[in-house]
Amino acid sequence: MKKVMFQTIEGNSSGYLGLLGLLAAFILSGLGSAWEMEHNGHWITGMTNQVVWGTPHVFAVFLIVAASGALNIASIGSVFHKAMYKPLAPLSALLAIALLLGGLTVLVLDLGRPDRLIVAMTSYNFKSIFAWNIILYNGFLVIVAIYIWTMMDRPMNRYKDRVGFAAFVWRLILTTGTGSIFGFLVARQAYDAAIMAPMFIAMSFSFGLAIFLLVMMAAYQWTGRPLGDALLFRLKNLLGVFIAGVLFLVAIKHLTNLYATEHHGVESFILLDGGIYTFLFWGIQILLGSIIPLILLYHPALGKSRLNIAIAASLVILGGLAQMYVIIIGGQAYPLPLFPGHEIQSSFYDGVVAEYIPSFYEFMLGLSGIAVAMLIVTTAIKILKFLPTSLEDAVTDPHHKPEEV
Amino acid sequence: MSKQANKTDQYRRRFLSNAAAAATAAVVPGLMLFPVAEARSPTEAVSNKVRWGMLVDATKCVDGCNACVTACNNEHGLEGHNRPATDAQWIRLVHLKDKQTGKETKLPVMCQHCEHPPCVDVCPTGASFKRADGIVLVDRHICIGCRYCMMACPYKARSFVHETLTDQKPDSPRGKGTVEGCNLCVTRVDAGKLPACVEACQQEGEKALLFGDINDPDSMISKQAEKIASRQIREDLGLNTGVRYHGI
Repeated sequence: MKKVMFQTIEGNSSGYLGLLGLLAAFILSGLGSAWEMEHNGHWITGMTNQVVWGTPHVFAVFLIVAASGALNIASIGSVFHKAMYKPLAPLSALLAIALLLGGLTVLVLDLGRPDRLIVAMTSYNFKSIFAWNIILYNGFLVIVAIYIWTMMDRPMNRYKDRVGFAAFVWRLILTTGTGSIFGFLVARQAYDAAIMAPMFIAMSFSFGLAIFLLVMMAAYQWTGRPLGDALLFRLKNLLGVFIAGVLFLVAIKHLTNLYATEHHGVESFILLDGGIYTFLFWGIQILLGSIIPLILLYHPALGKSRLNIAIAASLVILGGLAQMYVIIIGGQAYPLPLFPGHEIQSSFYDGVVAEYIPSFYEFMLGLSGIAVAMLIVTTAIKILKFLPTSLEDAVTDPHHKPEEV
Repeated sequence: MSKQANKTDQYRRRFLSNAAAAATAAVVPGLMLFPVAEARSPTEAVSNKVRWGMLVDATKCVDGCNACVTACNNEHGLEGHNRPATDAQWIRLVHLKDKQTGKETKLPVMCQHCEHPPCVDVCPTGASFKRADGIVLVDRHICIGCRYCMMACPYKARSFVHETLTDQKPDSPRGKGTVEGCNLCVTRVDAGKLPACVEACQQEGEKALLFGDINDPDSMISKQAEKIASRQIREDLGLNTGVRYHGI
């Protein structure tokens, strides 16, 4: 095995500067949208008193979930001692921080009073899973930052595995917390299930790895650094396992609900007659976001193509966003069961499926979260040595045998 | 003074005293319907000896009457902007039809002032809180507008302020970008008055709403609750609501 060398990227090309400009434009339009929403009030968005969490939450929760998953690559190296993954650990940790900051930016800017962020940081109700999450997010940023320090600073190297282990445990707790935001909601039939936490953990594995794969492939392609098949194929096979894991938990969640008569209403809403939500579930989340990627990744011929691997990873991200949309917005669109066995009518939309049409502002705010994450990664790899100069098989694969000449 | 004049005076006195007794007899039970609490002095802490609650007699809630909703909107300055999906509603009238039997019922739904309120559990900052006397309300100073309480409330009792506010009622301050809901007219209750919806129902409606201290076995509400069957909405959640319904 060759020694791994890390080097910053040059970052002077017009392509690099163009990318920075594009990301900055998205961020500016997101900030502009947030300003409009705060200035006018949330009535200008698609959100209402029925659907109180909208598209910004879809992006924010997706990014937060993906953030903890992006750290997995580093964990496989430091916790499970897989040599192949070790060169990827700094990028994995960087991406984790970047995605979390992107998600939190969206979450905070969508608050009714984002100016009171300091209140959220200083006034805690410890029975609230949301308050716990605030602590978990901040802790994650600190631990992963220290983790990066232990990886990059030679005297600190000896703490790397221990900090890596702490980060791994922390990220599992963090995603448990994110899933429990929904799992602990006893009032709504679409949530209120312990399976939300493990399902979110599986989702984080899948979304985080999909984003990691794309970022890694783009970075190595655009900087002309070598990226070997051994590593790439190992990662794409792992992505397939994670996709299957999510599918399993999604199936169990729905099957459990389908067994209980009281949940038949909400299940038929999502699975059969929920319009956009049913389409997003079967068409995007299951077919485009899970089945097709599984075929692309595991097909003996198709799975060898880098383009197909990139398409599969992109579809997983698209499917993940659709899954979040179905969970977050579909779960609210279905009416609360105030009086089971009754037809209900009121001026406050009781008993009817709530309408929700996402506004331009919400989309721009959500997309700006992705842009924040990507801008952090793009600038950080220019400033610090996150990327190995080469990820060719001779560097990453301990079993690599040089071709005989 | 003649004997006749004396007699007239006697008749007059007797008439006046009888009339006063009759008036008292007529008015007192009426007053009893308004089980107004003794106003707390502003320096006295709220005590958990009292638990404010409401008993809604859905059998008396009639079609065409909207008095409780109008009174609430006036009391708290809840103006509509002709956008029903985002306009705040602290109390609403719900029409039910039993799918099996076809029986129709009408009732007002508002914050149920739970003993174990899910909105208070989930609020990250503690803005959503329950007073010692059972009133659940929002501290507008520390609400960050995350809307998690709206996700958690089983009764859809809360509204988010989606608009810029103007001409607010001094006794019921609101906040753009924060969450709000029925606070049982806490300012009125502290002053020894009835919540606006209850007063309106007593005066203009069919006296379907009864307000009082459910901890006090001698209160009108406790006595009435002892006499007639009452239920909580979503009893299965075990939240022990302060608002109970008869006839659902």
